[in-house]
Amino acid sequence: MTRKQKKTLYRILGAGVLFLVSILLPLEGWLKLGVFLIPYAVIGWDVLWRAVRNILNGQVFDENFLMSVATLGAFGCGEYPEAVAVMLFYQVGELFQSVAVSRSRQSISALMDIRPDSANVERDGQVVQVDPEEAAVGEVILIKAGERVPLDGTVLEGTSSLDTSALTGESLPRDVSPGEEVISGCVNLSGLLRVEVTKPFGQSTVARILDLVENSSEKKAQAEHFITKFARYYTPIVVFAALALAVIPSLLDGQWGVWTPRALNFLVVSCPCALVISIPLSFFGGIGGASKQGILVKGSNYLEALAQTGIVVLDKTGTLTQGRFSVAAVHSKGMEEAQLLELTALAEQFSTHPISRSIVSAWGGVPEGSRVSDVEEEAGHGVRAMVDGRKVLAGNRKLMEREGILDGSDPKHTGTVIHVAVDGVYAGYLVVADQPKLTSAQALRELKAAGVRQTVMLTGDTQGAAQVVARELGLDRFYAQLLPAGKVEQVEALLQEKGSREKLIFVGDGINDAPVLSRADIGVAMGGLGSDAAIEAADIVLMDDDLLKLPAAIRIARKTLAIVRQNVVFALGVKLLVLVLSALGKANMWAAVFADVGVSVLAILNASRMLAEHGSSHEKF
Amino acid sequence: MKKTFKLIDLDCANCAAKMETAIKKIDGVSGATVSFLTQKMTIEADDVRFEEIMRQVVKACKKVEPDCEIVLK
Repeated sequence: MTRKQKKTLYRILGAGVLFLVSILLPLEGWLKLGVFLIPYAVIGWDVLWRAVRNILNGQVFDENFLMSVATLGAFGCGEYPEAVAVMLFYQVGELFQSVAVSRSRQSISALMDIRPDSANVERDGQVVQVDPEEAAVGEVILIKAGERVPLDGTVLEGTSSLDTSALTGESLPRDVSPGEEVISGCVNLSGLLRVEVTKPFGQSTVARILDLVENSSEKKAQAEHFITKFARYYTPIVVFAALALAVIPSLLDGQWGVWTPRALNFLVVSCPCALVISIPLSFFGGIGGASKQGILVKGSNYLEALAQTGIVVLDKTGTLTQGRFSVAAVHSKGMEEAQLLELTALAEQFSTHPISRSIVSAWGGVPEGSRVSDVEEEAGHGVRAMVDGRKVLAGNRKLMEREGILDGSDPKHTGTVIHVAVDGVYAGYLVVADQPKLTSAQALRELKAAGVRQTVMLTGDTQGAAQVVARELGLDRFYAQLLPAGKVEQVEALLQEKGSREKLIFVGDGINDAPVLSRADIGVAMGGLGSDAAIEAADIVLMDDDLLKLPAAIRIARKTLAIVRQNVVFALGVKLLVLVLSALGKANMWAAVFADVGVSVLAILNASRMLAEHGSSHEKF
Repeated sequence: MKKTFKLIDLDCANCAAKMETAIKKIDGVSGATVSFLTQKMTIEADDVRFEEIMRQVVKACKKVEPDCEIVLK
């Protein structure tokens, strides 16, 4: 508890004792009023003071003002104990609320406790400890075992393994050695590392992740917009209803003493606090809990949309499969297999396409730029180049057919077939295969279990290769041989056929598929750790390569939305019920206080379940 | 320009919502969020007039919630 909260607690205890004394004293009339005013003043002076001050500032429908009118009104009606009790319980409720919110806030910040405190920088031959923000790019930092990596950088000396679990939720450590990158926020487990800083702190992985999560509350969910709007109208409406309830029936039957207390109840119930606090808190908790598992959600609106996921569209390469191709077979025609591999590898050496990389690594030689000229890469088709003075054409069947080199159909292979022609003559083919990730099949099953209606795979790969993967993993549909633009078209077609209340999400690696990511209702990028492009392009980032994070994210979203719905229904339900009962004279001010602060506290506790799910740091309130 | 400010003693969520509404009404402010949970305020406003706008923001917030203080860096 903060000092302020403690002070309130003592005031509540003091006022409570005074209140009991006032009840026990056998006094009547003015003396009784005077005695009850003492605990009232002790517990309520700040509320009264704020009410006056806010009225002067033109804030009429202010909580303090409404509580003041309600309790002073109760005094006016001769209900002294009720007046004091209402104020007392109002303060108890406010204290509860304040403590519950600051606890939740703490456990959320504990979830995101990845900010490094200091960096050990080598300066003029000495090691100085500085704030990570003060370390410059190019400086060398030392990271001892057990320390958190303060800044992104490249390892100069030392080997170690890093615990990335705070960023990715993945418990398997990652090994690093000289020349490799280290990412801020990881924990150095074993050896001493000397690291050259490559990014200022403000652009480091840790700073960007914290920034994203903290700013996620800016992108509000529809539920939050609804509450803001609702809050704006609810209070004035209830206050005017209270006024009408006090005046109209009283003018008709003259029983002011009956109707006024009922109207005062309305004022007590008129604050929408329960909703205004608990709904953003639920979303914030959901986003915090997700980030603990290595799932970055960039806004409450995305979490809300994720809960309505109906269609999941996935890229094949790197998403469902490992994205690491290897050459499975070489079939040459009219030359040695090794020669075919060498020619193809040299032609493909400048391409960043994963297939090209795998061919180069299968060849195993050192690429020499001087042996190659006139390289032309055609996206979705292949490569042409002059190698050692010979015209090499390497690519898929489409390319070969267009060049009039081949017709007919591809040989039956599970992988991708790369045909090669040298000087216009067919020279054979390579088969490159990419294995599905170990968890992909399970992830797809879990998606279905989480209520996803359809799973669709898109790939630039051949029909045959796509079919094998789709069947093995159990996808509902797949579309093969798509160029990047074709993927966008396919997603647009799928968007047309989805139901109005369901959302389409696209999952890719975030590097080549930025247009598709932005076209889908929600774009999810995988392997965000260390990839700025992926973090930038997507609405939701899965920090590592594990597709199981996706159903986990959907489950978190569904749970968050369920809690939000429960809170809206519960808070509004209780408030409406108490309003109706008050109007009929069946509810007293105690019920009204419960409908105000009691409901708030329960709604906050319900919202904090979102934190209990994931946080070891969660404390029971 | 978009800037984030820390808030001290922002005690009620409804006040945060009211502050947000009040700030958005100020001329030159293109976007504002007041987050009760992070105790932070983000203001997006005209570059040239930013300081003047911030003075109005502080004034508007004082009116809604006099106890809450904006940390201007």
